[in-house]
Amino acid sequence: MELIFPKKPFHTHGGADVPHHKNTAQMETAVMPCPSQVTIPMQQHVGAPCKPLVKKGDTVLVGQKIADSEAYVSAPIHSSVSGTVSGITKVMLPGGQFTEAVVIDSDGEMKPCPDLKPPVVNTPEDLVKAVRESGLVGLGGAGFPAHVKLNVPKDKHLDTLIVNVAECEPYITADHREALENSWELLSGVYALRDLLDLKRVIIAVENNKPDVIETLRKIADSEKDDSDDIVRVLPLKSRYPQGAEKVLVQACTGRIIPLGKLPADVGCLVMNVTSVAFLSHYLKTGIPLVSKRVTIDGSAVEYPKNVIVPIGTKISEAIAFCGGYKKPPKKILMCGPMMGLAVTTDELPILKQNNGILAFAEEDALLPEPTQCIRCGRCVAGCPMHLSPTLLEKYAELKDTEQLNKLGIMCCMECGTCVFNCPAGRPLVQAIRMGKAMIRKAGKK
Amino acid sequence: MDKKLIVSSSPHMRSGTTTQKIMLDVIIALVPAAVAACILFGWNALLIIAVSVLSCVLCEYVCRKVMKRPNTIQDLSAVVTGLLLAFNLPANINPLIAAFGGVVAIVVVKQMFGGIGQNFVNPALTARIVLMSSFPASMSGSNWVIPFWYKASSDAMTSATPLGLLAEGKTEQIPSYLNMFLGARGGCLGETCALALLLGGIYLVARKVISPVIPLCYVGTVAVFSLLLGRDVLLDLLSGGLLLGAIFMATDYTTSPLYIKGKIIFAVGCGILTILIRAFGAMPEGVSFSIVLMNIMVPLIERATKPKPFGKEPEKHEA
Repeated sequence: MELIFPKKPFHTHGGADVPHHKNTAQMETAVMPCPSQVTIPMQQHVGAPCKPLVKKGDTVLVGQKIADSEAYVSAPIHSSVSGTVSGITKVMLPGGQFTEAVVIDSDGEMKPCPDLKPPVVNTPEDLVKAVRESGLVGLGGAGFPAHVKLNVPKDKHLDTLIVNVAECEPYITADHREALENSWELLSGVYALRDLLDLKRVIIAVENNKPDVIETLRKIADSEKDDSDDIVRVLPLKSRYPQGAEKVLVQACTGRIIPLGKLPADVGCLVMNVTSVAFLSHYLKTGIPLVSKRVTIDGSAVEYPKNVIVPIGTKISEAIAFCGGYKKPPKKILMCGPMMGLAVTTDELPILKQNNGILAFAEEDALLPEPTQCIRCGRCVAGCPMHLSPTLLEKYAELKDTEQLNKLGIMCCMECGTCVFNCPAGRPLVQAIRMGKAMIRKAGKK
Repeated sequence: MDKKLIVSSSPHMRSGTTTQKIMLDVIIALVPAAVAACILFGWNALLIIAVSVLSCVLCEYVCRKVMKRPNTIQDLSAVVTGLLLAFNLPANINPLIAAFGGVVAIVVVKQMFGGIGQNFVNPALTARIVLMSSFPASMSGSNWVIPFWYKASSDAMTSATPLGLLAEGKTEQIPSYLNMFLGARGGCLGETCALALLLGGIYLVARKVISPVIPLCYVGTVAVFSLLLGRDVLLDLLSGGLLLGAIFMATDYTTSPLYIKGKIIFAVGCGILTILIRAFGAMPEGVSFSIVLMNIMVPLIERATKPKPFGKEPEKHEA
């Protein structure tokens, strides 16, 4: 079958016109100086938590592996600073679960680990192994270990790589800056993946609220030398939340529909976040694992919002202090964007691998309206990218009717929050759906 | 310093649309028709509108108090019901009847079923039907107050509606299309001025408060069937409560289907019933009955039109 490059994106259902608030899009990224201490949790990915490989008193260097796991779905963790392990504590992650964390007192010198060298990668198997060692997880926010995604079973044939530069979450501009400041690295990552995985088509998908990214990447991607067959192209997407959600993105770029419970690989697609691809390219060249991260620090409580490259494990409070501190008392602090991000209980938590933003809001933006009765306006139904009926899911979740919930396809819900955003009655639909899903999982385990 | 942070489930952002703002938009959309009613039918129209709105708001307030539930008059839905109820009454009706209509709409139809979003039929239309059967002399027949009666010199202050005239075969007395479009005809106080109703409808669609699917399908169906039955299509579209019903009543969120396909079925059903009642029924007009009948069908329509979740295999029905 001939692969075509769509001139414009395929139609996707629903969505919401969220305000962009991309305040930091035109600001050069700042690099944060080495913090005095980092706290590195053992769970910074979807899957099994890691076990620490270091103990109190050990000296560690930047990029040194400090934790790993034998489980397949997991990713090793590396030290982001050089210094001494001052202890192993427990921290509560924003999801509420507790995990071990390695606390490292930095010596301020950021000495790199001498063992780091570029991996030798000649086959897809080499790539999977190298990516695992790099500690890369999906940097778009979900934190799915990248090597699992790249290890495509033999019976599934990949033909398309979609580089996700949609960045549909309000405020967040980390991927935007990555694509601008690191465009060459991104493209070389794209070529590496294309050659190693023998891909026939690469679509760099950018929401059209980032014309500078589209222009820059088009210029670079349109290269006779590196891409003689012209299989790497930029596709501007509509700026409509949730354009960057995997299933929506695959449909917008290829017209293919990922069946419920399946992955992009089942329809021949590999979806990777732009920062992940650029990191991968850098890693293949230098062997430096994932130890720092560009995060957008913004929100009405932050004095000078900007993009900052922070060592992983830096406390939120320190990163915000680097941005001039709070200008108003913060009432809500989010990891990642306001649509899908998690509210944290304290700014003492460390910044994680998969965080692309830290948003601190003052009281007026932190309070949400009290829910009123559903008026059946149908905005949740019209907006749902997964063709669900959130208002009915909420009702059946309250009734604990798992049979109806299953029938209505509750498991299709990706919790993008479009329904709640649009709801004039302020119903906590996503919360109810999460409860409903938990009920079904519990019932399934019995 | 209070360092406590608010923790809540995502998303942490709202569009800013609230029930109150939606209802305010509906009220704004109803203003042209209300102004037209006052011009056409004089201060009587304003009196009936005021009584009906006050009755609805008061009933809502008292009901919520008695039921010990949070007060909901600030969501303005009772004001909308009051306006729509008034629009469905003749301008020369006894204000007490209008007030009673408000009680039926809010207490019986809306609050007894749980308040906003819970009623299964349209409150204003149901109240109108109750009033029609309780006070047939005031609500139907040929004693509709004529437009500009307050300026008229003749003694004839009332006339029949165009559909009434049509049913009686007095076609020569039917006003011109232009007069009907501007509202100079007998009828309920808010239903006569097609121009004002259309303006309101365009406003609601532009503000994305309603989808144009229901009004277009409803009016379209009436037009098609009117043509098939050899009736006067323009007369059918401009007379009776069709535009008021199609734009403001059939689009009521609570009592219309959630899904596009369902909305189409619902609106086409309303259209067919309307034209059937007009052509073959004992009454000259059937908009209220068709919408209320289709309201009752909504759960069935919704069951049949549920969209398939993204990527989900179709359910296999056991044989």
